[in-house]
Amino acid sequence: MKGFLFIGLAVWAATASAWAGEYNLVIDQTTVDITGRERTAVTINGAVPGPALRWREGEEVTLHVTNRLDEPTSIHWHGVIVPNSMDGVPGISFEHIHPGGTFTYRFTVKQSGTYWYHSHSGLQEQSGMYSPLLIDPAKPEPFRYDREYVVMLSDWTDEHPDRVLAKLKKQSGYYNFHKPTVVDFFRDIGKKGWRETLSDRLAWGRMRMDPTDIADVTGYTYTFLINGQPPEANWTALFKPGERVRLRFINAASMTYFDLRIPGLKMEVVQADGQDTEPVAVDEFRIAVSETYDVIVAPQEDRAYTIFAEAMDRSGYARGTLAPRTGIEAPIPAMRPRPVRTMADMGMAEGAHGMASKSPAQEKETTMPEMDHDGPGDMGAMPGMDHGAMNQEPGHAMPGMAESTEPPTVMHGPDTHGKGNSMVAMMPRSRLAEPGAGLEHTGTRVLAYTDLRAREPGYDRRPPEREIELHLTGNMDRYIWGFNGKKYSESEPIPMRYGERLRVVLVNDTMMEHPLHLHGMWMELENGNGEHNPRKFTINVKPGERLSFLMTADALGAWPFHCHLGYHMAAGMMAHAVVSEHGAEAH
Amino acid sequence: MANVSDVIHGIVRFGTVLLMAVLALAWRAEPAAADEPSDEPTYVTFVEADQFEYRARKGNDAFGWEAQGWVGGDYDKVWFKTRGEDVVNGGATDAELQLLYSRTVSAFWDVQAGARYDVKPNPSRGYAVLGVQGLAPYFFEVDAAAFVSDEGDVSARLEAEYDLLITQRLIAKPSVEVNVALQEVEELGLGSGVTEVEAELRLRYEIVREVAPYVGVSWETKVGPTADMARRNGQDVDDVAFVAGLRAWF
Ligand SMILES: [Cu+2]
Repeated sequence: MKGFLFIGLAVWAATASAWAGEYNLVIDQTTVDITGRERTAVTINGAVPGPALRWREGEEVTLHVTNRLDEPTSIHWHGVIVPNSMDGVPGISFEHIHPGGTFTYRFTVKQSGTYWYHSHSGLQEQSGMYSPLLIDPAKPEPFRYDREYVVMLSDWTDEHPDRVLAKLKKQSGYYNFHKPTVVDFFRDIGKKGWRETLSDRLAWGRMRMDPTDIADVTGYTYTFLINGQPPEANWTALFKPGERVRLRFINAASMTYFDLRIPGLKMEVVQADGQDTEPVAVDEFRIAVSETYDVIVAPQEDRAYTIFAEAMDRSGYARGTLAPRTGIEAPIPAMRPRPVRTMADMGMAEGAHGMASKSPAQEKETTMPEMDHDGPGDMGAMPGMDHGAMNQEPGHAMPGMAESTEPPTVMHGPDTHGKGNSMVAMMPRSRLAEPGAGLEHTGTRVLAYTDLRAREPGYDRRPPEREIELHLTGNMDRYIWGFNGKKYSESEPIPMRYGERLRVVLVNDTMMEHPLHLHGMWMELENGNGEHNPRKFTINVKPGERLSFLMTADALGAWPFHCHLGYHMAAGMMAHAVVSEHGAEAH
Repeated sequence: MANVSDVIHGIVRFGTVLLMAVLALAWRAEPAAADEPSDEPTYVTFVEADQFEYRARKGNDAFGWEAQGWVGGDYDKVWFKTRGEDVVNGGATDAELQLLYSRTVSAFWDVQAGARYDVKPNPSRGYAVLGVQGLAPYFFEVDAAAFVSDEGDVSARLEAEYDLLITQRLIAKPSVEVNVALQEVEELGLGSGVTEVEAELRLRYEIVREVAPYVGVSWETKVGPTADMARRNGQDVDDVAFVAGLRAWF
């Protein structure tokens, strides 16, 4: 590990007055050695991650970004509300930054919190082009702490990202080394009998889906990093016992969701996506790609604590240490079992609504880890289980639906989204209260989206005037991703009228999580907290989930809305909203 | 006709060298880096030598191959498919090459159309091809095609194969192939109806995903009138071969 990669909290000093900062950023290729082999990274000011920028709310920032690459580049200020021309998305908000050229970003900072910035060109972000971005508030924050650290998580591959994408297109399961095998088959027969095991296998086989597909790109090629450092390097943050330490977690990975815990410490979540939330104490939280969470920990003992960030697919972990002095470390916990996909992830009803027969014990469970229950086995008994049947128009009357007291479950319509999509969630439902795949039975307090409650009520209390429904779609086998079955290159812009209040409904027709990121405007996640619904820049949508957010189209221009998984975006999972004075009438 | 046979041997060997060159090129080729944050351009080159093997059988050991690949985007591709056999002690050699345009028509299926050319000692022949290729429920890889020869003869071939993972890297691949002819083709020794059935099993070990040595067994039998014709000509009806080779893709 080279010394210059060590960027715990490099503060790029503002050169002018407190209210007008000027910053220089240089994008270049830099040789790095993260895994023991020299590789070329795409860097901001020569390091991975790049320098942490620190702005002030109200500051007028000027950023000169010089491109020393031999290809175009760009910088996008992730989560920051900026004028459209400063958003930094090639082909949408500006052309790009030419090789050898300098682009100057200039805008006034109107928010505070933990954010980040990264390339929005090709797969440069995967190659190392990401940095923390911290904005100090104009008013004091409603929580107290003694010191703070940025904990930026990322995934690094020694392979060229273009090659990774090409491999996924040729063999989408390339990086998965936990596929169902004959050995597993016999082990499962021992556990739950041959009949159920066989019907499980047949159910998944009929759909041509792999229940072990948790992450498209895994620890087979990835090394998971904290602040640019692999687990062995053990990035360490110091504290004095009794201090309150603020940790600003940023998930800058291209593909990896992390499950974060610090054994021995409760974490008090105080901000999500840079926004103040009602504090909630948890043992663990899952951070979706591109999200940020600020937590406060209060270590009392004079000992080291491991910051443990397991990849969601358990193919590896990032690890750091909180310690009273350097050179000491705490045990590294074992990784928990890999999750597997369940019928809920396929958008199938589970026991409820009279859809499938289940024992009362199974009714209690919202998901079926390890598929110990009859999960996929149910499929044979359910109508519309194989893909052919999914194409049929679903029946309208679902027995028992009307009496349901659960959040509205809306059956999927007849549109199966064409050849860009290989399954639909027949019964997509809200999963906001679930911690997520693999975290159901930890026996600990795990953050769920329903725990996020904004401290301040939202500024726009109007009810939505209009609803937009988008289906997240994909063809796993061919590695094509999109919205409503369309790749970005095939899609039409989504028109919005300036000032319009909207509800956007997202239905995940795939069996993967997608962290959806909207540029330029906030998304107010409808998680049952009314005016205190949290506002977010990234919303994770679980497999088979239906959720919604409210938004105010208060920013003119074209704004990307995309999955923040780098290879999903590159494979088409992007759309863009166009906010104009006329809205849809202009089209 | 020894000269012709030598020439064909030459062509087949040249073809093998060419195939290896293509494999090497594909290994080096990088897809163009996308500038815009979109899915274009993502032209990918894929070459897979599924069989590249020695076939040990009674009397006529052979070197055989079956390879395919494509260049293209998500929905439109140009495919090539080749298969053939080069008998070690001279004798019969055959090679087949297909060049197809492939269009995705549904989530799991492509329709393919193009041309096939067979190099055979007796006789060489061109065909028009129309087929479907894709992934059937239960993960069966299926390739079905109909062929119309330049003599107007119609035939068809159905192939299905399945990857059975014993472990993450040790994979058994059973496959079956059924050949059908609509009419008798005397020169090719084909009777009408089902002509040949082939069942194979290969067990490979993926050192990396792209490279896997394997061993296997192949059983081939002529059926019905085709078998009768073979018997009349004093040829074997059944054929069992033990195979060992290397599977590679890039
Ligand atoms: Cu995605």
